[in-house]
Amino acid sequence: MAEFKEVSPDAGNGEKLLNWVDNRFPLSKLYKEHLSEYYAPKNFNFFYFFGALSILVLVIQIVTGIFLVMHYKPDASLAFASVEYIMRDVPWGWLIRYMHSTGASAFFIVVYLHMFRGLIYGSYRKPRELVWIFGCAIFLCLMAEAFMGYLLPWGQMSYWGAQVIVNLFAAVPFIGPDLALLIRGDYVVGDATLNRFFSFHVIAVPLVLLGLVVAHIIALHEVGSNNPDGVEIKATKGADGHPLDGIPFHPYYTIHDILGVSVFLLVFTSIIFFAPEVGGYFLEYNNFIPADPLKTPLHIAPVWYFTPYYSMLRATTDVMINVLSIISALSAAYVVFKTSVQNKFKLVTAVGAAVLIVLLNIFDAKFWGVVVMGGAVIMLFFLPWLDHSPVKSIRYRPNWHKWLYAVFVVFFVILGYLGIQPPSEIGTLIAQVGTIYYFGFFLLMPVWTQLGEFKVVPDRVTFVPH
Amino acid sequence: MSDTSIDSSKRTWLITSGCAGAVGAAAVAVPFVSTFQPSERAKAAGAAVEVDISGIKPGEKLTVEWRGKPVWIVRRTPEQIAELSKIDDELADPKSARKPSELTPSYARNEGRSIKPEFFVAVGICTHLGCSPGDKFVVGAQPSLPDNWPGGFLCPCHGSTFDMAGRVFKNKPAPDNLEVPPHMYLSDNKLLIGEDKSA
Repeated sequence: MAEFKEVSPDAGNGEKLLNWVDNRFPLSKLYKEHLSEYYAPKNFNFFYFFGALSILVLVIQIVTGIFLVMHYKPDASLAFASVEYIMRDVPWGWLIRYMHSTGASAFFIVVYLHMFRGLIYGSYRKPRELVWIFGCAIFLCLMAEAFMGYLLPWGQMSYWGAQVIVNLFAAVPFIGPDLALLIRGDYVVGDATLNRFFSFHVIAVPLVLLGLVVAHIIALHEVGSNNPDGVEIKATKGADGHPLDGIPFHPYYTIHDILGVSVFLLVFTSIIFFAPEVGGYFLEYNNFIPADPLKTPLHIAPVWYFTPYYSMLRATTDVMINVLSIISALSAAYVVFKTSVQNKFKLVTAVGAAVLIVLLNIFDAKFWGVVVMGGAVIMLFFLPWLDHSPVKSIRYRPNWHKWLYAVFVVFFVILGYLGIQPPSEIGTLIAQVGTIYYFGFFLLMPVWTQLGEFKVVPDRVTFVPH
Repeated sequence: MSDTSIDSSKRTWLITSGCAGAVGAAAVAVPFVSTFQPSERAKAAGAAVEVDISGIKPGEKLTVEWRGKPVWIVRRTPEQIAELSKIDDELADPKSARKPSELTPSYARNEGRSIKPEFFVAVGICTHLGCSPGDKFVVGAQPSLPDNWPGGFLCPCHGSTFDMAGRVFKNKPAPDNLEVPPHMYLSDNKLLIGEDKSA
C-alpha cells in the first residue's frame, strides 16, 4: 500500500481534492499508466484506427441497446410488432434502432480490419499472445452476441437463421439432439428460445464481452503496442527511461484518433440516414416479414459477417470429406517417408491420420461441416504458435509471403460473397477450394513462414516526421 | 511466521472444506442448467391434430401445424406415384432403412412412405439443418434442379432435394429422408396427425 501523501496547505482546491482521491483510489496512477504515460510507437498507420473505433462502436451498441430494451417486448407474439412500434411510434425510435442495427455490421467491419492488422504485422507474436487470445475470445463473443440479437426482431430471417444455427449443434454425435433441445428450450424455435436469447443478448454476453475487453487492454498495456515494423520500441530507451520511438497515448493518439472517429462517423451516419438496409446486406428484406414456422423463405442466408464461415459449412459435402481424407493420408505419408523427424513422431502422425480418416467417414458430412466452421474460428487462437517466421511484420518478409496473404484475403471475401448467394455447383466448388486454402494457410504456417529470404529488420521504427 | 512450521492438519481441513465447497457449487449449478430444459407447458403442447383431407385435389399440398412444425399432406397424382419406383438408384435411402424408428413408422415403410399410396404425410423440415423445403412438383429442368427432375421438394437453404415420397437424393447435405410423423385415418376423410394405433 502506498504511503499517505500530503499536499502543501497553499495548494489549490483541485489539487487538494485530487490528492484526497489519490490517497484512496489510484486515479492519477491509472491515468498515467493507460493514457498520459502509456508510450505507443510513433509510426502507427491507417490500420491502427480500428482498435479505438471498436471501443467507440461498443459504446454505441451498449447505449442504443439500453434504450431499445425500454420499448422492445421479448415475446414471440409481440416481438415483431414491438420492433415496428419502435420504428414508427416511438419518437426518434427509428434512429436508435438503425444505429444499433448498423452498429452491428460496423462492429464486424472494424473488428475484421483490426484482426487483419494484427495478422499482417505479427501483433500476436511473443510477448503479445494473450492480447491476441483475449481478442479472439472477444470475436467469439461478438459472433454469439450478433447471432442472438438477430433473433430478437422475430422476422423470417431471424427465425430460420436461428433454426439453422441451433440445428448445427444437433449435428454433434451422441449429445447433439439433447444439446439443441437445451438451447431452444422447446422442440422448435419458439417463445422460450426468444426469451433466453434476449437474456443472453442484453446481459450475459455483454458482461463477458466487457470483461474480455478490459483484459485485452490490460494485457496490451502490460506488453506495449506492436507497430507496422514489428520493432520492439522498449528495446531502445532514452535517458528518461521512455522508449525513444514512443509517444504518450494522450494527447498524441487521442487527438490522432479524433480524425479516425470523424471519418468513421461520417460513413456511419450516412448509412443510418440514407441507406440503413444497405441493399439487404445490413438488414435483410425477408426480415421485414414476421416469423412463420411453417414456411422457409425461398432464399435464406446469414448476415454478411457470418457468410465466410457459412460458406465453409456448405462446402463440406461428401465429396469434400473424400478430399479431406486424401489430404490427411498424403500429408501423413509425406511426414513418414520424406522427412527426418523422430520415428516416434512418425508413428504418432500415421496413427493420428488413420484415426482422423476413419472418423471422417463414420460421422455425417453435416457434423464435419460444423467442425470446419467452428475450427476456422478456433484455429485463430493458435496463431501465435503456428507462425514461425523470424520477423514479425509483413514488411520484412519475402515478397511471395505477401502474395499468400493477398490470396487469403481474396478467398475470404469470395467465401463471404458465396455465402450470400443461393447454393450452386460451381459456387460449392470454389468454396471448397477457398476452405482448403484457409485451413492450409494456417495449418502449414509452421512450414512456409520459415521459408524464403527475409529482409533485415531495423533497430528503430521507420518514421518520416510530418 | 516461518515456513518451517506448517500446520498440516489445518491444511488438510482447508483442502477438505474447499472440496466440499466445490461440490456445493456444482450442485447449485444443476437447477440453473435444468431451467434450460423445455418447460412443462412446452411438453404439454404436443397434442395430436385432426385434419379434414377431403378438400385436397390431386397434385396439391396442405400444410398444418403440429408441435410447432409444418406437416404436409400431399395428394399424389397417379403419374407421381408411378414415378416413385423408377428413381431408386438416384436416392440415398430408397427403402427408408436408416433410422426407421425415428423417421418412418412401420406402416409407412413402403415405396410411397405412406398408408395410402395417394396421400403422403411428412414433417416439412429438412433433415439437414431444419429449413422447410419448397414444392417443386413440376417435372423437368429448372433452376437449382437437375434436367431429369422427377418432381419433389427442394430445400432453399443448402440445396437438398427430396422426391415425392420425401426420400433424399444422393450426395446432398441432408443425410436422411423426411420424417413421417405418427398418423392414422379416423375415417376416409379424417386424418389424425401425432398419434397412431400403436400408441
